[in-house]
Amino acid sequence: MTRLEQVSDLQPSYDVVVVGAGPAGMAAATEAAAHGLEVLLVDEAVSPGGQIFRAITQTPLRNREVLGEDYWRGRAAADSLLASGVHYLPGATVWHLDAGLQFGLSVGGRAAAVTARRAVLATGALERPFPVKGWTLPGVMSAGAAQTLLKASGMVPQGRVVLAGTGPLLWLLASQLVAAGHPPTAILDTTPTGNWRHAVRAFPGFLRSPYLAKGLRLLMRVRRAVRVVPGVTELAIEPGASCAAELVFHRGMRPAERMAADHVLLHQGVTPNVNLANAAGCALEWSELQACFRPRSDAWGRSSIEGIAITGDGSRIAGAEIAALRGQLAGLDAACELGRMDAEARDKLAAPIRARIATYDRGREFLDRLYRPSDHFRLPHDEALACRCEEVTGRQLREVAALGVPGPNQMKSMLRCGMGPCQGRLCGLTVVEAVAAARGVSPADVGYYRLRSPVKPITVAEIASMPRKASDEKAVLRV
Amino acid sequence: MFQRLPEACDSASRTSIHFTLDGLPAEGFAGDTVAAALLALGRDTCRQTAVSGSPRGPYCMMGVCFDCLVVIDGVGNRQGCLVPLREGMVVETQAGKREIGR
Amino acid sequence: MGESYDAAILGGGLVGTAIGLGLAGQGLRTAILDEGDVAHRASRGNFALVWVQSKGMGMPRYSSWTRESVRLWPGFAASLREEAGIDVSLHQPGGFTLALSEGELERRAANMARLVMQPGFEHLDYEVWDRAQLRQVFPEIGPEVAGAIYCPLDGHVNSLRLFRAQHIVFARRGGAYLPNFPAQDITQLPGGGFRILSGDRSIEAERVILAAGIGNARLAPMVGLGAPVRPLRGQALVTEKIAPFLSHPIVTLRQTDEGGVMIGDSQEEAGFDESTGLGILGAMADRAARMFPKLGQANIVRTWSALRVMTKDGFPIYQQSDAAPGAFLATCHSGVTLAAVHALTVAPMIAAGGLTDALDAFHPRRFHVPAAS
Repeated sequence: MTRLEQVSDLQPSYDVVVVGAGPAGMAAATEAAAHGLEVLLVDEAVSPGGQIFRAITQTPLRNREVLGEDYWRGRAAADSLLASGVHYLPGATVWHLDAGLQFGLSVGGRAAAVTARRAVLATGALERPFPVKGWTLPGVMSAGAAQTLLKASGMVPQGRVVLAGTGPLLWLLASQLVAAGHPPTAILDTTPTGNWRHAVRAFPGFLRSPYLAKGLRLLMRVRRAVRVVPGVTELAIEPGASCAAELVFHRGMRPAERMAADHVLLHQGVTPNVNLANAAGCALEWSELQACFRPRSDAWGRSSIEGIAITGDGSRIAGAEIAALRGQLAGLDAACELGRMDAEARDKLAAPIRARIATYDRGREFLDRLYRPSDHFRLPHDEALACRCEEVTGRQLREVAALGVPGPNQMKSMLRCGMGPCQGRLCGLTVVEAVAAARGVSPADVGYYRLRSPVKPITVAEIASMPRKASDEKAVLRV
Repeated sequence: MFQRLPEACDSASRTSIHFTLDGLPAEGFAGDTVAAALLALGRDTCRQTAVSGSPRGPYCMMGVCFDCLVVIDGVGNRQGCLVPLREGMVVETQAGKREIGR
Repeated sequence: MGESYDAAILGGGLVGTAIGLGLAGQGLRTAILDEGDVAHRASRGNFALVWVQSKGMGMPRYSSWTRESVRLWPGFAASLREEAGIDVSLHQPGGFTLALSEGELERRAANMARLVMQPGFEHLDYEVWDRAQLRQVFPEIGPEVAGAIYCPLDGHVNSLRLFRAQHIVFARRGGAYLPNFPAQDITQLPGGGFRILSGDRSIEAERVILAAGIGNARLAPMVGLGAPVRPLRGQALVTEKIAPFLSHPIVTLRQTDEGGVMIGDSQEEAGFDESTGLGILGAMADRAARMFPKLGQANIVRTWSALRVMTKDGFPIYQQSDAAPGAFLATCHSGVTLAAVHALTVAPMIAAGGLTDALDAFHPRRFHVPAAS
């Protein structure tokens, strides 16, 4: 692996540009390079691993029990990358991609344009918005944020720590905090009790999947050490008098209960980070099971735009193991498309990978159904800031939706939701679902934000440094 | 407040980093991002918003929420969770809107 | 059999809703038929200027029409505040066109001189400012800025709040907003009036007003009108929110009341392609950073492009149909500047039965006769 430090180290073009150095991106880059392609792997973090294997090469934690063997497995993937011929650019912002496969990249305030023959987007997942009242208060973070602090800096939250929400990551974090000797005070479980009914038909698959044993061990460890409050149906967070926050929650028809907390860690699942794909023009589709939009892609990860593949959790939430395997498929397909092997050879190499994907996939549907967050918690509370950047409340969304707003883009024009620096990452699904609920239709009929570059903010000077033609100047200065 | 596990603040294996936070001397470790270092110091608020002036702190720690914005070495609205802490850094609270040229 | 209205407006953008709230205010039962969430919407992409200074080369009447709207704007904004509870942040402190060289300043000054010397051009106050004068207003200008054209009539609003306010007032006045209703066909009814079809839905209306922007080109011939309009792409960028530092709008650069600095405005023939391109965005960013060097370090949070609705000469068309009485056409590329006249002048004319001579200059017959000297 060649580590690049700044944009001046970049070539003007590469065979393959892979965005994101998580399990899928590392695998795609390593695989493509193994077939003799010139590969650039660009990542926002300073070391490889993505979020799931965050800081895998430099975590200060030595006790492997804390993060668990699933985390440490990431070391092998990182080692393969280190041993490969990949050009790796960390600490970089990928802010532009167009259908001509031109990328805009920046490092440390300097931008460059790079062209790819194939683009592989492995942009991973985001935690789903959790638009309850008070989710914007200091002291309230996502569970993923606490996990990042644990992995990268060996830090744990101190004092009264309350986890709230649903989904495998919430339980994984709880078990890691237990293993670190700092069990959280309580878990407010918002998993809808009716989910079991929907999940049970997918149970046979789960029973035969590698997730079963792992999941049971984890749940038992947490339940032994932590107070779990099941069946939470309402949740609000208020500023506390003598603590950071006070949780106010309901369990069904029972009266409101209160709980003081120094840290509130929220989580209700993850969804694909679609911003770059969306801005590049790749078509999205709605997944009812996972309640999110994802880029449309085929069995190799090819998107609706020629030359752009999307892989890993950025295209479909399926977990780290499947992400890495699908990343490998995208790498193989790039090698095939760029003439390093024929389709027959590619398919032959892909067959055992697909078989392994199928093994893991058996358990996914059960998890998706069991941990599907309730409609109530996906829709914004009236007093919650649905859009954190522009500070648009759930009530405002409902009032404006009543005017007959057909979708999120019109809502954006009306209320500025999604116009802030996060570019809808923390409000997109909330706004879509609020409009869909007001119209009484599926989010599939409502559609998602239409995004454009820059997908992350860059400076005026950086955009000004982009190459341009005389006709571009002429379109701007007309005197 | 976030607390470092004993193995994560063993000064024999980890380099400490000195910086200033709103003018006062502060300390973190190599490998911390600016946002992580602030949380370890008990600072869960790092800015006031540009819209209403409400206090905010880091939410996602992975570069997507833009709630960990701080002024770093005189440059406003930087994502504290993406910037590695460096020796001698000058970190300040982001008080509402950024000033032009700052 | 669908609903029946006094008036149906095709198009829910700034032009359609301004006329719509005007008609509803005149007591007409009015419907606005709109497309869905994704459509060619100039109203989402405009630059939000309420602007006079450079307009009317080739048609002096357009400058006067623009100024009528600018004069009506404060009252219009007040009525929006009162009825919708929304302050659209109208500011009319005068506006500037900055020049980045002496040569550019001379060319711009010469263009202004030619503009105001046209026969029939209503007197317009404007000034050519040098660099020293300009620094009094904009202390942050860069070394390349040679001077500017200043016109005291110019201003700007918050056009997104304007868009929302117009929708709210239209609804409060009893208007019916029907989204996801792209008009496919308009037929004249035997006893007068029109039926508008969209898929298996239809409505009937005594009057039909085409305010569908680019879509007017397709719709106009259905009711004996002609709307030779084409898309002209414009791209724009906007920064993060910055503490106020620009007191006046500049034609290519303005700071919104929320703090974002908008940077525009390119013009290119690109058909219906609404993509943005790094080259043009870069050219605009470059000029902005040369005008205000400190802006170079500001973060761009969004870019966009939208399609201006352009006629051959760039001026609006207002027309009523002879073949289909009750059918009207309104199309322009200045839906913000002209919002006040659309609501307060054009709508009452339509409600009263017909456009008056005041709008003669905007009839499309001008495209068919040789230009008069």
